[in-house]
Amino acid sequence: MPRTPSIQVRDLEKTFTLHHQGGVTLPVLERISFDAGPGDCLVLAGPSGTGKSTLLRCLYGNYLASGGSIRVRDGDRFTELTQAPEQTILRLRREVIGYVSQFLRVIPRVTTLDVVAEPLRQSGMAAQDARDQAAAMLARLNVPERLWALPPATFSGGEQQRVNIARGLIGGHPVLLLDEPTASLDADNRAVVVQLIRDAMAAGRCLIGIFHDDEVRAAVATQTLAISPVVVDKTASQPAFA
Amino acid sequence: MSAIQPLLSVRNMTHTWDGVHGCRDIDFDLFPGEVLCVVGESGSGKSTLLQAVSYQVTPKFGSVWYDTRDAGFTDLARLTAAERRMLARTDWGFVRQNARDGLRMQVSAGANIAERLMAIGDRHYGDLRAVAGEWLSKMEIEADRLDDTPQQFSGGMQQRLQIARNLVTRPRMVFMDEPTASLDVSVQARLLDLLRQLVTDLDLAAIVVTHDLAVARLLAHRTVVMRGGYIVESGLTDQILDDPQHPYTQLLVSSILQS
Amino acid sequence: MIPAHVHPAAPVERDPHYNFGYLDESTKRMLRRALLKAVAIPGYQVPFGSREMPLPYGWGTGGIQVTAAIIGANDVLKVIDQGSDDTTNAVNIRRFFGRVTGVATTESTRDASIIQTRHRIPETPLGKGQIMVYQVPIPEPLRWLEPSETETRTMHALAEYGGMHVRLYEDIAQYGHIATTYDYPVMVNGRYMMRPSPIPKFDNPKLDHSPALMLFGAGREKRVYAVPPYTSVKSLDFADHPFTIEQWDECCDVCGSTNTFLDEIILDDQGTRRFVCSDTEYCAHHAAGAEDKKEPAQQRAAAARVDASTIGHIPAGAAS
Repeated sequence: MPRTPSIQVRDLEKTFTLHHQGGVTLPVLERISFDAGPGDCLVLAGPSGTGKSTLLRCLYGNYLASGGSIRVRDGDRFTELTQAPEQTILRLRREVIGYVSQFLRVIPRVTTLDVVAEPLRQSGMAAQDARDQAAAMLARLNVPERLWALPPATFSGGEQQRVNIARGLIGGHPVLLLDEPTASLDADNRAVVVQLIRDAMAAGRCLIGIFHDDEVRAAVATQTLAISPVVVDKTASQPAFA
Repeated sequence: MSAIQPLLSVRNMTHTWDGVHGCRDIDFDLFPGEVLCVVGESGSGKSTLLQAVSYQVTPKFGSVWYDTRDAGFTDLARLTAAERRMLARTDWGFVRQNARDGLRMQVSAGANIAERLMAIGDRHYGDLRAVAGEWLSKMEIEADRLDDTPQQFSGGMQQRLQIARNLVTRPRMVFMDEPTASLDVSVQARLLDLLRQLVTDLDLAAIVVTHDLAVARLLAHRTVVMRGGYIVESGLTDQILDDPQHPYTQLLVSSILQS
Repeated sequence: MIPAHVHPAAPVERDPHYNFGYLDESTKRMLRRALLKAVAIPGYQVPFGSREMPLPYGWGTGGIQVTAAIIGANDVLKVIDQGSDDTTNAVNIRRFFGRVTGVATTESTRDASIIQTRHRIPETPLGKGQIMVYQVPIPEPLRWLEPSETETRTMHALAEYGGMHVRLYEDIAQYGHIATTYDYPVMVNGRYMMRPSPIPKFDNPKLDHSPALMLFGAGREKRVYAVPPYTSVKSLDFADHPFTIEQWDECCDVCGSTNTFLDEIILDDQGTRRFVCSDTEYCAHHAAGAEDKKEPAQQRAAAARVDASTIGHIPAGAAS
């Protein structure tokens, strides 16, 4: 019996226009199409610089798609992300689509515990309950308790990455985008993250991720989408920016 | 699912001081609990936009609608001056760049904070003082400074006092004109963090005018970029900063010195 | 209309070179219109065309213009200054009206139909049909807060009076109590904030629901305002710091009164002091009535009666 997909992408395109470099256009994504549903872990594969991160950012609304469609399952219907008003995208980020970025953007003065608790607070949970859940998640990821009351600015790359993962996973979003979540982690912590990913898949969440580590990829992938670099036809003329 | 009603709607608004300089064709909505940053360089018209939207001047053209507590979604031009002033003192806040312009410098911090409450009829000295004291600690100022005048405060403290003075009536919307621009860099971070928390805790909607993209990144859900009086681009803050479309926005974003 | 025991004629001869009441008829009409408007809007400051008077600003030109506009041939005029009928200003103003109207004058509060005053309300309760005219230096209660006239007018129009309570809050924060003791701001008819002129706060309660008509004139500032009879006049305060009036441990040395406003008089270089009623007419009247009883305290007071006109008079709480 076919499952209803959580996310449906058709002919997604993304081209950057750099107005201050002579208006040069950089096509990065072309004709990307896929479906992913609950329990899936779709791995984006391809050489670096081919737009895997760009694809994730388009799915999060962080980059504007230049063409094509991204439909996200929103309750009992689908919402077209590329046409959605900003308030809808903000709501989808709160309720439907989570994102684990490659680098943690640090806000000064906010403690690690509060960074991780924030998605729960945003969905209305009381402060103490949110912090309790955040503590549990951080413990699972082996982030030492003495760090919880500190802002993550001075943490190591691996510690920051784990804080990022905790924040991304804690909200229970049906769709989760992961950009190199294990890049800075040692083998033990990689294993923890793999387990967390597996738990999420078992709970019916749909994951789309970039993993540069072959082992991790093998451990979690249910689908793979190869992204090849866009071939620019150099014989055709480059349109100047209009 | 029904759409949420905007708190503030600006349509086709134009306001110029001399027929030339100001803001033109401004269109945007602000939703409850949402922070909108208006980003632009000097002369972009962003301060004029703020003044016109908050009806400190009557816009020359266009309309501003606000979801009032009593009468629902109303065109502000239809309110009397008295009603607008009452709105400005209770349901709105206005934080000025220079704290001195938004405070009574000769009067104690406690009186500065409690004034709005006294203006709406609160008459118990003990309660007023207690509320003022609570707000002082919320703004991370020591409680024993309650009877000191703002003359004796540092710039950062004065700015935090100004904010408390505006928030004491629990407004739903706050206008801020370059709230950190007059402060030292080290002090700015603290103020921005405080603002961030307050916006969340009090479910505040805010329009923040700034030339500093870092302020937008930290505080705002959505951002509009102004140039030459017009809005040239608008969208989610992270999208504007990470994937700017308009040439001017790209120039602005690429000009930030990476720390 | 004039009671028999009132002086039948003014002590000064009527000077026929002046129009009745000194002001010309058109000016009196303009003032009356302004006063009617003031009475119609209790506590609201009405601008008027203040005229050149034969005394400088600061000496009661506003009060004199108001009296001049309303006084009629059958009126009986009392003039007091700091509660006394025989201080220089009171004497001069009474003489002035004698010269320009020939109207009967009196020192008795009960017998007067118009009482012009600087800085006090008489202790004798006022009755229906009497008019008090107050001399006002600064009519605007918000002037200390806001120097701009357009802005204060807007604040009155919109009833934006929060700033005034800021002043009271500051007093309590600084001194533990509200420090204003004269010209204490009041709310009239629940709508306009008003300055009752520099009367001590002791007198504020006399304004509330008085049977008399209260008219206020500020000559330099060119404003008149009014409190009609039986109007609510409430002194500003806080729920937990209610309005209170002055109290003395002493009673009046002359008449023994314990419930009037007392002046403190220094008698000699050693600082010997006496407390005497500020309202001289009330004091004399009260003392005369009590002399029959021959109480020891009053006998001593009668024996050492102070002649206020010969000793330096330093009233308590006076504006300098």
